[in-house]
Amino acid sequence: MSESIKMTGASALVKALEASGVDVMFGIPGGAILPAYDPIFDSKIRHILVRHEQGAGHAATGYAQATGRTGVCIATSGPGATNLVTPLADAQMDSVPMVAITGQVASGAIGTDAFQEADIRGITMPITKHSFLVTKPEDIARSVAEAFHIASTGRPGAVLVDIAKDALQMQTEFNFPKNIDLGGYKPKLEAAPEAIRDAAALIAQSKAPVLYVGGGAIKAEAHRELLKLAELTGAPVVTTLMARGAFPDSHPQHLGMPGMHGTVAAVTALQKADLLITLGARFDDRVTGKLSTFAPGAKIIHADIDPAEIGKNRRADVALIGDLKLTIDALIPALKSEFKKNQPDISAWLTQAYGWRKRFPLGYDHPTDGSVSPQYVIERIGKMSGPDAIYVAGVGQHQMWASQFISYEKPRTWLNSGGLGTMGYAVPAAMGAKVGAPDTTVWAIDGDGCFQMTNQELVTCALNNIPIKVAVINNESLGMVRQWQTLFYNERYSNTELHSKRIPDFAKLADAMGCVGLTCDSTKDVDKIIAQAMEINDRPVVVDFSVHRDAMVWPMVAAGTSNDDIVNARSLAPIWDSQEL
Amino acid sequence: MTQSHPDAPSSSVSFSKTRTLSVLVENSPGVLARVSSLFSRRGYNIDSLAVGPTENPNFSRMTIVINVEDHALEQVIAQLDKLINVISITELDPVISVQRELLLVKVSTDEKTRSQVLETVQLFRAKVVDVAQDAVTIEATGNTEKISALLRVLEPYGILELIQSGLVAMSRGLKPGSISEDKK
Repeated sequence: MSESIKMTGASALVKALEASGVDVMFGIPGGAILPAYDPIFDSKIRHILVRHEQGAGHAATGYAQATGRTGVCIATSGPGATNLVTPLADAQMDSVPMVAITGQVASGAIGTDAFQEADIRGITMPITKHSFLVTKPEDIARSVAEAFHIASTGRPGAVLVDIAKDALQMQTEFNFPKNIDLGGYKPKLEAAPEAIRDAAALIAQSKAPVLYVGGGAIKAEAHRELLKLAELTGAPVVTTLMARGAFPDSHPQHLGMPGMHGTVAAVTALQKADLLITLGARFDDRVTGKLSTFAPGAKIIHADIDPAEIGKNRRADVALIGDLKLTIDALIPALKSEFKKNQPDISAWLTQAYGWRKRFPLGYDHPTDGSVSPQYVIERIGKMSGPDAIYVAGVGQHQMWASQFISYEKPRTWLNSGGLGTMGYAVPAAMGAKVGAPDTTVWAIDGDGCFQMTNQELVTCALNNIPIKVAVINNESLGMVRQWQTLFYNERYSNTELHSKRIPDFAKLADAMGCVGLTCDSTKDVDKIIAQAMEINDRPVVVDFSVHRDAMVWPMVAAGTSNDDIVNARSLAPIWDSQEL
Repeated sequence: MTQSHPDAPSSSVSFSKTRTLSVLVENSPGVLARVSSLFSRRGYNIDSLAVGPTENPNFSRMTIVINVEDHALEQVIAQLDKLINVISITELDPVISVQRELLLVKVSTDEKTRSQVLETVQLFRAKVVDVAQDAVTIEATGNTEKISALLRVLEPYGILELIQSGLVAMSRGLKPGSISEDKK
């Protein structure tokens, strides 16, 4: 039985959001969504008024990534809704649970090109897990309940609920379903027992296994189980960009991040492995490089909750479809009994893999002209703020350096836009993370290009007591694009020069937005200024770190090439022992 | 006005073959758009798609004919299955299913050829639904092979206009692929 009381559709919406456990949402009102903002005024849900709907969307993502809960954003019809398109696509690509509520023009006006009308359900169909268009008040509460169910279960994702204005205004009974039963949506949680046995048997035969860990390990809260499995197998572990923090960087079995800018050891271990134990990862092109040459000698165990990931890019020898936590829980005893019969000797493999790690560590040089190394700034922020802080990156060189030179020990301490690669993600996502984890230090590690896309949310932070810290790694250019121009376009720097050491003055800009603005342009001041930023907790802080512009991200596997052709510094391929090639 | 038959085998196909999927979906707005958008976004080519009501008004059934390899078929099914409004997907083996499409074709005739055309209509158990001075309109139902064969025979007389429905299909025997069936 569900309770039923007469109320407006708008009240039903807010009541349904409350019943779904929402404690905060990010949004901006406007014409079509206005009826909803009246009951929001009285709701216990904290509504944070952002300065751009894109900020609301990324804040919801940051909140979700930091807490594991579903993030919520709300906007009006037309441009309000279309401004959510990027964050919806971003959240969906990175499997982030997010619900977006949008107002729609009145049902009778839909299809007439009415003022501020956009077919946002149609627009977002390919970039959401699901989308609803609600035109009747009695459907609102149920649609909201279903939206949260869909967003947060199975492979999490972005869900849009578009509600016609008249549906918000009309009276209805509140019917919030206690149980959701969607005929076409039943995520499979437990992997087939025979597949578990097959996986255990493959692991027990492997002489050169690698645990290839993706973001699913964090989504499934499977980090403890992952640690047990890793230690049981003794196999080396690599964590993808989305999985940084799922397995402690300090752990002796960790080889680091694989992929285009991964460590030589992680990339090479995948290439030379005879078995990839793939856990919540999706064989993304940034990890595999040229797919046909990826891990040529490896059998594949592929554990994922999304059946469509199995065999999408790489054929799996054993597919473990289910919740990763449950899958590993089932795999551990199966593997123990398999190891009683046959425990393979992987010591030669470990010697080789750990040898690569020792010989090809991540590193960087300080610029000879005395300017500040961007890697050094990021490394110091990580060292001084420690593994309990949350680090949120934008997209580009600074993102890669933040993934490389900060040590992640815990899940949900590293947030970034991995799949869509959304520049401008950092500031609003850090805002959302700080709202979700108010007692945690939250650093946005941003680039000067990214920062100029979404920094207006610092106003939101300043007004709403959300004291995030922003490190602008200012190389006065679109650094990653510039790096490609250096390497692949004969140093022809077409439209990558931003002049951001001249204009704008980031410290003044920060000051104008109610934040503390600091600048740093010498290596000896880096620690002092980070310390200064860390002492300020009553306002957001922005530090403009003026860094060397020619610094590049290494190692690198050029796009479309084989991981075998990894370059660990410019024009410097790793020198292998002959027997390794 | 003569045109080549749309079912003529494509030369680019390597190991792919024609598959028929029977897809049970919720009868709600936007479902067709979701399915067709999925096919276009993932780069799967649809040979034909027919959609219509079922014995239960809450559901519609789509019959989708695609030309893909085995591996790609698994992906198509897995991706379709991710759509929340898709209830179940069944691949229909032509041997153990009934598959039909509807053809309407207007063929140019004169006094000399009319009787030959009518004879062809009889042979294929088709029907003449309209007769004009210089043309007859023929209705035929059958599986893709039969419809193709009929068109090949009619083509020399001059096809003036042609329209075909998508294939609809149903498994033989006791209701596999029915609404009560669990998701694949």
